[in-house]
Amino acid sequence: MAKLNLNRVAMPRQAPKKRAKNFNEVALGYSLKQAQEEASRCIQCPKRNCVDGCPVEVDIPGFIQAIREGDMPEAVRVLKSKNALPGICGRVCPQETQCEATCSLAKKEAPIAIGRLERFVADWERANMGAAKSPKPPKPTGKKIAVVGSGPAGLTAAAELAKMGHSVTIFEALHVAGGVLMYGIPEFRLPKEIVQAEVDYVASLGVKIELDSVVGKLATLDEILADGYQAVFLGTGAGLPMFMNIEGENLNGIYSANEFLTRVNLMKAYLFPDYDTPVKIGKQVAVIGGGNVAMDSARCALRLGADKVYIVYRRSEAEMPARREEVENAQEEGIEFKLLTNPKKFLGNEQNWVVGMECYEMELGEPDDSGRRRPVVKEGSEFVIDVDEVVVALGTRPNPLIASTTEGLKTTKWGTVVADEATGKTVKDRVWAGGDIVTGAATVISAMGAGKVAAADMDKFLGG
Amino acid sequence: MYKILFKQDLTPQTQLFKMDAPAVAQKARAGQFVVVRIDEKGERIPLTIADWDEKEGTVTIVFMEVGATTARLALLNEGDAIADFVGPLGVPAEIDNFGTVVCVAGGVGAAPVAPVARGLKKAGNKIITILGARSKELLFWEDVLQSTSDRMIVTTDDGSYGRKGVVTEPLKELLESGEKIDRVVAIGPVVMMKFCSLTTLPFGVKTIVSLNPIMVDGTGMCGCCRVAVEGKTKFACVDGPDFDGHKVDWELLAARTRIYLGEEKCAYEEWQKSHPA
Repeated sequence: MAKLNLNRVAMPRQAPKKRAKNFNEVALGYSLKQAQEEASRCIQCPKRNCVDGCPVEVDIPGFIQAIREGDMPEAVRVLKSKNALPGICGRVCPQETQCEATCSLAKKEAPIAIGRLERFVADWERANMGAAKSPKPPKPTGKKIAVVGSGPAGLTAAAELAKMGHSVTIFEALHVAGGVLMYGIPEFRLPKEIVQAEVDYVASLGVKIELDSVVGKLATLDEILADGYQAVFLGTGAGLPMFMNIEGENLNGIYSANEFLTRVNLMKAYLFPDYDTPVKIGKQVAVIGGGNVAMDSARCALRLGADKVYIVYRRSEAEMPARREEVENAQEEGIEFKLLTNPKKFLGNEQNWVVGMECYEMELGEPDDSGRRRPVVKEGSEFVIDVDEVVVALGTRPNPLIASTTEGLKTTKWGTVVADEATGKTVKDRVWAGGDIVTGAATVISAMGAGKVAAADMDKFLGG
Repeated sequence: MYKILFKQDLTPQTQLFKMDAPAVAQKARAGQFVVVRIDEKGERIPLTIADWDEKEGTVTIVFMEVGATTARLALLNEGDAIADFVGPLGVPAEIDNFGTVVCVAGGVGAAPVAPVARGLKKAGNKIITILGARSKELLFWEDVLQSTSDRMIVTTDDGSYGRKGVVTEPLKELLESGEKIDRVVAIGPVVMMKFCSLTTLPFGVKTIVSLNPIMVDGTGMCGCCRVAVEGKTKFACVDGPDFDGHKVDWELLAARTRIYLGEEKCAYEEWQKSHPA
């Protein structure tokens, strides 16, 4: 047996000092040579544990083998037969906790860089095969399906259902499709051109996309069901920002991460005044939270020109929910982490602008429900950080709009829609749901997995 | 794309567009708004629905030129189209038979007041309308409001038309006259809605205002439009835009509308430089 190669091929990246000043993609992607070198490390083990680690069950050893053999069209075919959005997944999936965690080489701390290879295949297709080709059109079933929301769950469900021959229409509230992939994740981590290319691919499968369509305000869910649609998939995500409800939170200069990122990513405020939407450019910016959205916000603020950007997080680095890679990227770029720190109130000036943030020092106590050690306030530890802009990135909840305008949809006290985990079926007749609207804010790939599961069950219901 | 079917200059600074938007027209109710984006580079701005016609499939918006976006919008003509027209958003105005309702319209507020007054009239209310503007040339829709009013009072700040003064003066006189006023609806600039609310407060007459903070998506996603009502944070886009004027934190609202004053000024000046009158 050949000796195991434990040298993961590093991802070429823009240098930290340079990238902190631009919105171009940080990770530059493998060359063909690098991809083939990395692919050749795969031992093609019979157990295929990596596939079990993938929520959409991509034939990972299959596409890696094709890269190794230099048969890129085959790699594209294998990958896209299970994943309609590989350029997105290759960039933003937490592979380290999924396929790469179950890779046989993970035990040797050198799992195959599956995400980087996935990205390579998707980028190769875009560069070399022109517009993504849709597979041979299936026989139409004559069944009409509505998908509400065009984020990762909705796009995946729509693509799957279209491939089964159903007539699918996506209703999207915003002026572009892609949901959080467009408004939330920044250009430097997920270029919008790539999202658009993958949305275009879904459209090329025959999926109709109705933009500017706020379901619940235009047609309600019940009206859609009465209007010739046999089934509906709800993938509206978790788009309602949470605030802390502490003093001074409505001061000027305090944003929800949703607003800040929407201005920057969707509305392209970093190009103001060429684009019309402005965003406040702070000198000293505090981002509150420890997830990927917090890292994205902090790194955007830095790129907009802030002198100093802080991540303020109430636990320690070990408990941060953000991907390790994103934490490291942020640190390399010069973001300062104020850990075990929690805001008590915001201080404002006479013009209602935020000028400071009074914080507590925290310490870790006993583990809480999440299994992470609970942060406890150190009494009398208050101190003030001078800031002129704050981004609150403490999570989101589902928007209540659809649930509140629909009869018979069951929701939890967190506003999530109740759906069967194995099928995505809600308690309401002919309605399925998946992604963040069911789980609360989670990952792109888990939403895609849910979209796929629901599509299969919907197809079964429709007699497929 | 959404086509402009009809354009009318209501005042030198105020335009009316009748938009081809059948889906929105089917669902529109008084008090709701739309979010408009001109083109790829445009910002999303909220505009209150001034009228709609289900059969025709049209929705009417009225806007005043106050910055770069409204200036760009004003340059468009019949037959032109805009990229996005999203709605109807927000909670519709509460329409019921309250008794006697005073509808106060300040400046461009005449447009959103009109469908509310019409709805209230149809529901059986006696409607007293106070229409105010800075001067005669900025007044519009006196006839429209007249048609749904039992009584009509017009004021201008400079006395160039109607009664000289601001809308709160006749409002106060009505409240003091002893006539039973069951509700006041006030729509217009922040400062006008604030003073209408302060005027009615001592009389204990419920006063509904339509708030117009800065918005981005208009569907509850961003929280840009947060306002404080009775000390609680509300999102004007989904919890409003109508609120009880006696409970609104007016200072906060006024401050938050100034967040981008510098950027707005810069964009407007740039635009004016490239479009000399």
